[in-house]
Amino acid sequence: MAETKIVVGKADDFKDGDRVTIETSNGRKIVVFRQSGEFYALLNRCPHRGADLCKGRFVTNLTSDAVGEYVFHGENRMLACPWHGWEFDIRTGQSYFDPVGTRARPFSVQVQTGDEVRTELDSGEASYTPSEYAAAVAEVGGSSDGPQPGPYKVESFAVSIEDSYVVVSLRAARPARAPRPPRPEEPIKEAIG
Amino acid sequence: MIDVDVHANIPQIEALFPYLDELWVDWITERAWRGPVMPNHHYPVASERAARLEWRPEGAGPATSVGLLQEHILDPWNVDNAIVNCYYGIEGLRHPDWAAALASAVNDWLIDQWLSKDDRLRATMVMPARDTAAMIKEIRRVGDHPGFVQAFFPTRSDNLWGQRQYHGVFRELAARDLVVGLHYGGTTEGAPSSTGYANYYVEQYGAEWQSFATQVTSLISEGVFTDIPALRVSVLEGGFLWFPVWGWRMNKEWKGLRREVPWLDRPPLHIMRDHFRFSTAPIDAGPPELMAKALQWIGNDDMLMFATDYPHRHDDDIAGFLSLLSAEARAKVMAENAREWYRL
Ligand code: FES
Repeated sequence: MAETKIVVGKADDFKDGDRVTIETSNGRKIVVFRQSGEFYALLNRCPHRGADLCKGRFVTNLTSDAVGEYVFHGENRMLACPWHGWEFDIRTGQSYFDPVGTRARPFSVQVQTGDEVRTELDSGEASYTPSEYAAAVAEVGGSSDGPQPGPYKVESFAVSIEDSYVVVSLRAARPARAPRPPRPEEPIKEAIG
Repeated sequence: MIDVDVHANIPQIEALFPYLDELWVDWITERAWRGPVMPNHHYPVASERAARLEWRPEGAGPATSVGLLQEHILDPWNVDNAIVNCYYGIEGLRHPDWAAALASAVNDWLIDQWLSKDDRLRATMVMPARDTAAMIKEIRRVGDHPGFVQAFFPTRSDNLWGQRQYHGVFRELAARDLVVGLHYGGTTEGAPSSTGYANYYVEQYGAEWQSFATQVTSLISEGVFTDIPALRVSVLEGGFLWFPVWGWRMNKEWKGLRREVPWLDRPPLHIMRDHFRFSTAPIDAGPPELMAKALQWIGNDDMLMFATDYPHRHDDDIAGFLSLLSAEARAKVMAENAREWYRL
C-alpha cells in the first residue's frame, strides 16, 4: 500500500515560527513547526508527562565551558515543554534527560521517520515494556538519571514539501486494517507562541 | 578509627597573646575585650548537651587542652586520627585587620598547642572569613603546614560561599589539597534560618541544617566544582539524612532550569556525591527500622565519616546506628572514608 501522506497546508502560508497541529485518522495529534526556515513535526505529546508540545517555547541551546561563560548557540532549535521546561531538540526529538523513574508512557527510540513508525502508530505498539526500555537505556550506556543522548525522544515525523504543500508522511496502513478516510480533518491552526 | 570533628576551645583570650603582635595585645587589653561573642554562649555551665558533664574540667572550659582530648577521646577510643576544629567566631568581627590577626593567632595556637603535641591530630585552619584577600593570605601563610587538612567555613555568612568572590579562595585550598569544612557557626547578625530569627534554642538547634543546605546549594549552583574540580567539602555537624531529599529536588529543578546554570554538566546530586562528605554527628535518628530504610536513600557507603563532636553531647545512639550498617560499611564510616577524604 502506498505511503500515507497528510497534507497540512501550503508551505507559503507558514511564517517562520508558525505551528500547526493536525490529527491523524487514528487520533494521534502531531504538531508541525516552521522554525528557522525548516519544517519539523513532533508527536504533540511530551514524553515526560504528556504536555502539548505545540504550546512549548523555543529557546536557544545554551552550553558552557566554564563558570560565567555562556556559549549561545544562535539557532533556536530547542523546544521547551510548557509544563516542566525540559528541552527537546526539535530536529530529533532528543531530550537531555532519561527519567526512568518517571516513565509514564515512553516512546520508541528508533522512531525517526514516518515510514518507520506507521505500524506502531497505528497499533499503539510504540510503548516499551519495562524490560525493553531498560535494555534500550543500557545500550546507550545510560544510568537512571543525568544528561545523555536518548533513548527518550519525542516521536518525530519526516516532513517534506511537495508542490509547495507541507506534507507529513506516515507509513502505509497495514493491510489487515480497515481503510481509513483519504484525508484528515482540516488542520487546526494554533495561536503562535 | 578516625574522628573528623573534635573541638578545641581557646581557654581565654590571653592564651592567644603569645601569637599576637603587641599592637593587638594592647588593643585587646585596652578594651578589656574577652573574645568574639558567640563562643561564650556555647557551653552554658549546666548544659550536658553542650558538653558532657564528665568532660567538663574543674576550673576550665571544656575541650581547652590537648591533655583533656587525649584523656577523653584519643586514648580510650583508640583513635588513629582526630581532626580538631576550633570554632572561635572570628567572622563575627568587623575590624578587618583585627580579624585577620586573630585568625593567624588561632592558627598558630593550633599548631603550637595541639598539632605539635600529638601526632594523631590534624586541624582545620580558621579564616578571616569576611575578607577574601586576607583569607588567601592566611592560606598561603599556614596552608602548607602538614597538620592542616581543612579550612573552617561557618554556615552563617554574609554572602553564600558558592559566590564568585570566593572561588579564588577555594582555588588556593584545592591547590594544597585542603578540604572545605562547612561547620555550624558564623556571623551573629545573620538569621540562622532562611527566613528569620528563632526565639527558642530548640528552634535554632533543630533547624541548623537549613543553613548547611543553603550553602551546599550555593556551592553547587554557582559552579564551584566546575571551576575547581579537585575541591572537596565536608559537612560537619550538619546532619546528613536531608541530603538525598535535597538532591532529588535539585535534580528535578535542574532539568527544567539548567539553562540558567549551564556550567552544571550533571545533576546536582551527582555533583554532591563526588564533592561532599558528611560527619555522623548529630544523627537525625528515627526508629531503627525506618533509619535502615533512610540509609538506603544515601545510596552508598562512601558519604559518611564518623565524628564525636567532642565535647558536645548530641544524644546519638552511635552503636545503634552502626548496627544498621554492614561490617564493610562500618569500617568505611569509622575510618576509611575520612582517611581517603583527608589523605591521612
Ligand atoms: S510534561 Fe513535558 S517536561 Fe514534563
